[in-house]
Amino acid sequence: MEINVNDTLDTKGMACPMPIVKTKKALNSIGHGHVIEVLATDRGSTADLKAWADTTGHLYLGTIEEGDVLKHYIRKGDESEPSDSVAHQDRLSLDDLSTRVTNDDHVVLIDVREHAEFAFGHIPGAVNIPLGELEDRLDEVSKEYEVCVICRTGSRSDLAAQKLAYHGYAQVKNVVPGMSDWNGPIEQGTQ
Amino acid sequence: MAVEIIDSDALAKKIINKSDTFILDVRNTEEFEDWKIEGEHVQIMNEPYFNLLDDVSAIEEKISKNQEVIVVCAKGGSSQLVGELLDDAGFTNVFSLEGGMKAWSEHLEPVKIADLKGGGELFQFVRLGKGCLSYFISSEGEAAVIDPSRMIDVYQKFAEERNVQITHIIDTHLHADHISGGKSLADEVNGTYYLPPGDATDVTYRFEALEERSQIQVGSATVNVQPIYSPGHTPGSTSLIIDEAYLLTGDILFVASIGRPDLAGKADAWAVDLQETLFQRFIRLPEELLVLPAHYAFVKELKTGGEVSAPLGKLYEKNPGLQLEDEREFRRMLTENLPQQPNAYDKIRQTNMGKFVPDHQEKNDMELGPNRCAIHE
Repeated sequence: MEINVNDTLDTKGMACPMPIVKTKKALNSIGHGHVIEVLATDRGSTADLKAWADTTGHLYLGTIEEGDVLKHYIRKGDESEPSDSVAHQDRLSLDDLSTRVTNDDHVVLIDVREHAEFAFGHIPGAVNIPLGELEDRLDEVSKEYEVCVICRTGSRSDLAAQKLAYHGYAQVKNVVPGMSDWNGPIEQGTQ
Repeated sequence: MAVEIIDSDALAKKIINKSDTFILDVRNTEEFEDWKIEGEHVQIMNEPYFNLLDDVSAIEEKISKNQEVIVVCAKGGSSQLVGELLDDAGFTNVFSLEGGMKAWSEHLEPVKIADLKGGGELFQFVRLGKGCLSYFISSEGEAAVIDPSRMIDVYQKFAEERNVQITHIIDTHLHADHISGGKSLADEVNGTYYLPPGDATDVTYRFEALEERSQIQVGSATVNVQPIYSPGHTPGSTSLIIDEAYLLTGDILFVASIGRPDLAGKADAWAVDLQETLFQRFIRLPEELLVLPAHYAFVKELKTGGEVSAPLGKLYEKNPGLQLEDEREFRRMLTENLPQQPNAYDKIRQTNMGKFVPDHQEKNDMELGPNRCAIHE
């Protein structure tokens, strides 16, 4: 599958520790929340990137194997969480979302995570509009139905919900906490 | 000061001579917990290399700067980098293990066990990284290798240095924990490859049957190899008595534990076989026979100098696996103490049957991880 990323780093042919050393450096030059694709041939790089991301607050999204090449996807950690004072008040729990997804045909679920995050696992039926693209793609979102917005932990979806409300969407719900706690069905791939 | 390189050979010598050894393992914690360097006088600490890239303060708090530190990683690249970072931080006695755990896992340490009749010699090859033991018997210009690992060039070089020709290659059973070098060594030196027929029903290559009635001579009839059928780890498992003095038990009986019956699929049936072998067959053999197994499970089994051995009679007094003659108690111990199965054991068996041909990298990956062939409480 093709995954849109903010940057690509080629470490093919490099042995441990270079894939991590280079990734660490490359992350310094991209924005928070952005996704980097790391190409590597070192087999040990998968486990190391995963463990490294866990200790540094970055998010290891997944790896795709293409022949001898491993394509790793990492999202640079957020700088800060938005505070509750500006939060979008209308929220929906994962349990309630689960019920709606199963029973209600008219639920519109927008997943505002980055393309690569979405590709490695999303709720079936969700539409991927990364937060950064939302304002340009409002015409894809119907005002007729209730709109549920989800991300990984509820922060980006909160900002998205506020944006939608500002643009006149009357029924917007921020799904909390988000995909990090979702235990229901998951689908992989891009749209 | 620069970072010095230590190779597997030098590290092995330190460990078998029981020198104090401090190891800083910089692989990720999951890999470290699965498998690490062990030794009676080895102190080991894990701190993944990627946590040390910005600063080494996590280490500075725990290790004195004058202490000898051997840095170890998967292949030797990260240990070199961390070694340099420690050197920059003022550590004065830093070594990096050349080739990392990959090289360590492939290192074989030859240990002389005994002189045999007519100028023959018996060596044990200790694979410290896996706990595997193989044997080299030389006699009058000929040599036999028993349970060889896949690093066959080591045995070939050893034979060359002693000016002997490897003529017989024997596997005591179809191995499930490591890739056998038996068939490939036999092909390489044009020798005869022996395998017990009970383990060879599915093998795809030609071999000579290792059976009780067929004795094997190394050299001109001076060193005698007597097969003893001893099923239980596998249906064909066969032990060898060398020169009427040494009992090579394969994976049936170890120094501090016994073999496991479940790696080829029929734990219940083979538990009965194992019990018969241990309590009806081996018990009738002379108690002064020196048991030389194909594995060890605990570093304390290594004597100073690296040898792993014990007289058969002593094992009937001390080995926990030989203390339960009662059939039900014995079976309970076997089934309740089965350790996790070795990594990739089924793939390893397929490889040893000739049904699967992995490349070097795959072989290395399949053998990674600890040895789990023994049962102990």
